[in-house]
Amino acid sequence: MEPVVIDEVRSLLARLDREQRLWLSGYLAGASRTPSVAIPQSESAPSNVVILYGSQSGNSQHLAERVNSALTQRGVMASLVDMIDCRKSHFESARTLLVIVSTHGDGDPPDRAMGLYELLHGPKAPNLAHLKYAVLALGDSSYEKFCETGRQFDQRLQSLGGQRLHGRVECDIDFEAPAQQWIETVVGLLADSGATNTLSEVVPIDRLRVIHSYSKKNPLLAPVLINQRLTASHSTKNVRHIELSLDGANLRYEPGDAIGVVVANRDSDVTRVLAILGCDPGQQLDVGPVTMSALEAFRDCYDIGQITRPFLIKYAAAVTSDELNRLCADDAGLKSYLLTHHLMDLLHQFPPKGLDAVDLLKMLRPLSPRLYSIASSQRATPDEVHLTVAVVQYRLLGSDRHGLASGYLGKAGQSGANDEAVRIYLHRNPNFRLPTDHGRPIIMIGPGTGVAPFRSFIAEREALGGKGRNWLFFGDRSFNSDFLYQSDWLAWRKSGVLSRIDVAFSRDGDEKAYVQHRMHEQGKALFAWLEEGASLYVCGDAEHMAPDVNRALLEIIAKHGGRAPDKAQEYLLELQRQRRYQRDVY
Amino acid sequence: MNEQRFDLSRPVSELHSNERVKQDSRFLRGTLEQSLADPVTGAIDEVDTLLTKFFGIYQQDNRDVRDERRRAKLEPDYQFMVRVRLPGGVCTPAQWLALDALAREYGGGSLRLTTRQTFQFHGIRKPLLRRHIQGIKAAGLDTIAACGDDNRNVICTANPLLSPAHAQVSALAKRLSEHLLPQTGAYREIFLGQPAAVRNPGNEEPIYGDTYLPRKFKIALAVPPQNDVDLFAHDLGFIAIVRDDQVVGYNVAVGGGMGMTHKNPETFPRLSELAGFCEPNDVLAVAEQSMRIQREFGNRHERAHARFKYTIEDRGIEWFRNELETRLDRRLQAPKPFVFAATGDRFGWCQGSDGGWHYTLFVENGRLAETPDRAEGKTMVMRGLRAIAGAHQGVFALTTNQNVIIAGVAEDRKARIDALLSDFGIANQTRSTALRRHALACVAFPTCGLAMAESERYMPTLLDKLDQVIREVGLDEQRISVRMSGCPNGCSRPYLAEIGLVGKAPGKYNLYLGADASGERLNALYGENIGERQILEILQPLIRRYAAERIATEGFGDFLVRNSVVQPMLAGRDFQRVAAVR
Repeated sequence: MEPVVIDEVRSLLARLDREQRLWLSGYLAGASRTPSVAIPQSESAPSNVVILYGSQSGNSQHLAERVNSALTQRGVMASLVDMIDCRKSHFESARTLLVIVSTHGDGDPPDRAMGLYELLHGPKAPNLAHLKYAVLALGDSSYEKFCETGRQFDQRLQSLGGQRLHGRVECDIDFEAPAQQWIETVVGLLADSGATNTLSEVVPIDRLRVIHSYSKKNPLLAPVLINQRLTASHSTKNVRHIELSLDGANLRYEPGDAIGVVVANRDSDVTRVLAILGCDPGQQLDVGPVTMSALEAFRDCYDIGQITRPFLIKYAAAVTSDELNRLCADDAGLKSYLLTHHLMDLLHQFPPKGLDAVDLLKMLRPLSPRLYSIASSQRATPDEVHLTVAVVQYRLLGSDRHGLASGYLGKAGQSGANDEAVRIYLHRNPNFRLPTDHGRPIIMIGPGTGVAPFRSFIAEREALGGKGRNWLFFGDRSFNSDFLYQSDWLAWRKSGVLSRIDVAFSRDGDEKAYVQHRMHEQGKALFAWLEEGASLYVCGDAEHMAPDVNRALLEIIAKHGGRAPDKAQEYLLELQRQRRYQRDVY
Repeated sequence: MNEQRFDLSRPVSELHSNERVKQDSRFLRGTLEQSLADPVTGAIDEVDTLLTKFFGIYQQDNRDVRDERRRAKLEPDYQFMVRVRLPGGVCTPAQWLALDALAREYGGGSLRLTTRQTFQFHGIRKPLLRRHIQGIKAAGLDTIAACGDDNRNVICTANPLLSPAHAQVSALAKRLSEHLLPQTGAYREIFLGQPAAVRNPGNEEPIYGDTYLPRKFKIALAVPPQNDVDLFAHDLGFIAIVRDDQVVGYNVAVGGGMGMTHKNPETFPRLSELAGFCEPNDVLAVAEQSMRIQREFGNRHERAHARFKYTIEDRGIEWFRNELETRLDRRLQAPKPFVFAATGDRFGWCQGSDGGWHYTLFVENGRLAETPDRAEGKTMVMRGLRAIAGAHQGVFALTTNQNVIIAGVAEDRKARIDALLSDFGIANQTRSTALRRHALACVAFPTCGLAMAESERYMPTLLDKLDQVIREVGLDEQRISVRMSGCPNGCSRPYLAEIGLVGKAPGKYNLYLGADASGERLNALYGENIGERQILEILQPLIRRYAAERIATEGFGDFLVRNSVVQPMLAGRDFQRVAAVR
């Protein structure tokens, strides 16, 4: 190889993370068996197949990358486009558009999809008569407006003249199987259309799956090093700092990533459900492709806690109860019922007449892992990963309830047994990343447990010795009892790593103060930081905090930047496009 | 000794770091404004913690939860102790009610009566500190110089209404306090929110200067035969000489003090020595010049050796008298004879020279608490005194022994006060032995940063056990002074107690015995670093023996010395050079 090529390869490799390199090795292994390797077209050049993804937590992006790989294998050139980077020109050059988008909160698009969403719904929306498209919608059926963003994209693309290549597929949190099905179908349709170049030899799909990493099906057993309450004993909240050992695990994470925690249902709950169903725990059940014991199925595989709207409708149809049918017909009543009843409560109130265990399992959602933002930096603490976990505990129908994962984590490592371990895997969050330039200032807004990734950010920047200024906004209920990681922030402020910190406590003063109030107070400086190139991060509650903070930002930009409201909106969108306004909200 | 001088003749850079802090503080302003405004910590800057002491404000943290919070990555549970300046210990019922309300609003419902005859709040949070200080100001009081390297609260024999002489002494205590009060505008600017108005541009402190004193400076005044103030335990003491109900002058005593450091024999408690006698009109000048002498000659290098008592010990009383007389430009007269009968307070009703009545109420360890803390009784004392303050037409006179006198009760109001005392179940005789009534304990854990062992929280338990033997031998009404301090600084004046207990470590104390009952002889080390079981094993047989063998009105300490259980402690310099008896 010519030296210049070697340099190029090296420089390319340097830009890839570990998983990408693994993927590349698989790709090259497959491609090298053929004399002519088709090089995928670069993203900047127009392609007639565009894979457009709108991702919040990274799932849509992962799937989009998989579509791209699969297409490449079948010799189809495609452009992979993040919705935040999508321009009108992409629609003009494209003949096929594959949309993968998730829905958040109460039917909201991902942050990074907002600009595109507004373009498509505004007066400058393109004519798409030349376009075929397919939509893969990701969502969570525990929310009322399930897959709303995907539905809206589907409808809007059609009303702008586009034609469906394939019907919309909606995925719940167990998206893997339907998403894979959709990928195979649309890739097959495009490859068979023969409209594009094909590779002379097809690389088998499983060749691409050489990536070995921990997953929810193959989690890492991480021993608990520390499980320490962060809130004072008189606090109304139980928030815990949990340190897990990664010693010998070969798990590499970046600040901004999350840890998936694989949990099992509580034995007592499993026993009660099985008793109601009259099902022996050892009974073998045929659940789709595999057979497993009832105990296994109900403990490890299906969610027997909260219930969702689709589940309740199916259940109502199965048990033929007039009262339940009436409930399902009343939208408001249904909504409040879902919030105030768990599966157990439902089974007691409306017994599963005529349903056996398998019938019920088919209606239930799979038990999904819970994600927690990482609160440590691997550069600072190489063999550890830290999590910040608020233990969810509340009273419902006269009994104490605990969040499944947080309740489990709250007690993890407390039994005294030193072999206690938590089943985890890494969940990458490529849309929540520190600037690559460590000299760039950052502003972090993270009330409550939303502060977790910022502990990771600061630890990372301290370890890197970067010169960039760091500004944190934190809020919680009470200064005295709920100031998460207070001594860490004070130490970092003292050492100069944390340049500024502003705090708001909602239950201390006469008036409730939240982070957005502090942002307003510091609006002038905040805008100045943005003008100086600061990246802005928001993590935490999606329902109230994130919109409040977004509104505060718009007002600050308008006030201190002397901009009209629509120009302020544009300013913020531009920040998003430059990846300088990133959110991890849930 | 001149070659060892570490006083104002040296540049500040060669002195203790606190001296630089004072000098650089712009007359105690420091960075207090920024510290108070910082919402990220409940603490103030470390340097500022030294400055707030001059304003009676002492940063502390709840040591009970220190470790829990450290593990939880929370800073210590910072809070502030705030001491009122109350010269002579006198306040009106309206002021009592105001302070009681402030304690409930800002101080967690806790208020303490101190051994320096004043009120002390605990648990004030930084964001509320200014409001709290302003609340005290609104009651006509302040907190200036209640701590710090300055003239502390001036104390005197309690109750100005007892006789004309008591009134004159009390008024003088007040004048002394005003005369020696730091003048800096920092307090008004920072805590009262009043615009800067510097009284003496250039040098805001004509008496103190910009480095103030080397260490605290304490003045006490006594009206014999009562020695409730432990007159010889202070830097400067004035003993009133009374003829026909009028104070004709004062014996001046200098160089007393309690604090020491365990195991450092160069540090020791010391009783003051008589320097002479002065006319009432000369008292302010004597006090000011004495303080100036200490300002100029006190050791500013080693704070453990910086009190006035060491200046006197090192240079001698003759040197001091000469120095003082030169500055006054007149001679002191020879000390006049006087007799001290006893330390401590006289409980219950007594009648003053004008026929008015006064009730001295026992307040265990001076602790008033709104929320019951172990003993339900404390709650009742706080509530009972609140009710009495609502009905009382005289004054309240705090004593230097953590008690309060309901003073100036007219004959026809006496029954009303009695009724209230009875309604709240707080009258003295219902609850305690004389041993308990005369006991003193400092605050110590959980708030005092210096505490090495429990004091206030533990004292009642120990007294329960001592009371058993006291009652068994029929000494219920025999006053024996028991004083406990959580550390050797000795806020409860333990070195003048017939039974002194000074904390060494959790659950461990040094036991000192053999002080006299009138506050004129220090005690001596008897048992070192011992726990409750050993303390009781020592004291129970001694108390039994005392009950059986004492002569007439002989006090417990005198009895022990007469029987050579301990040797009399004749000079402070020997205090840490004498080995424990056991």
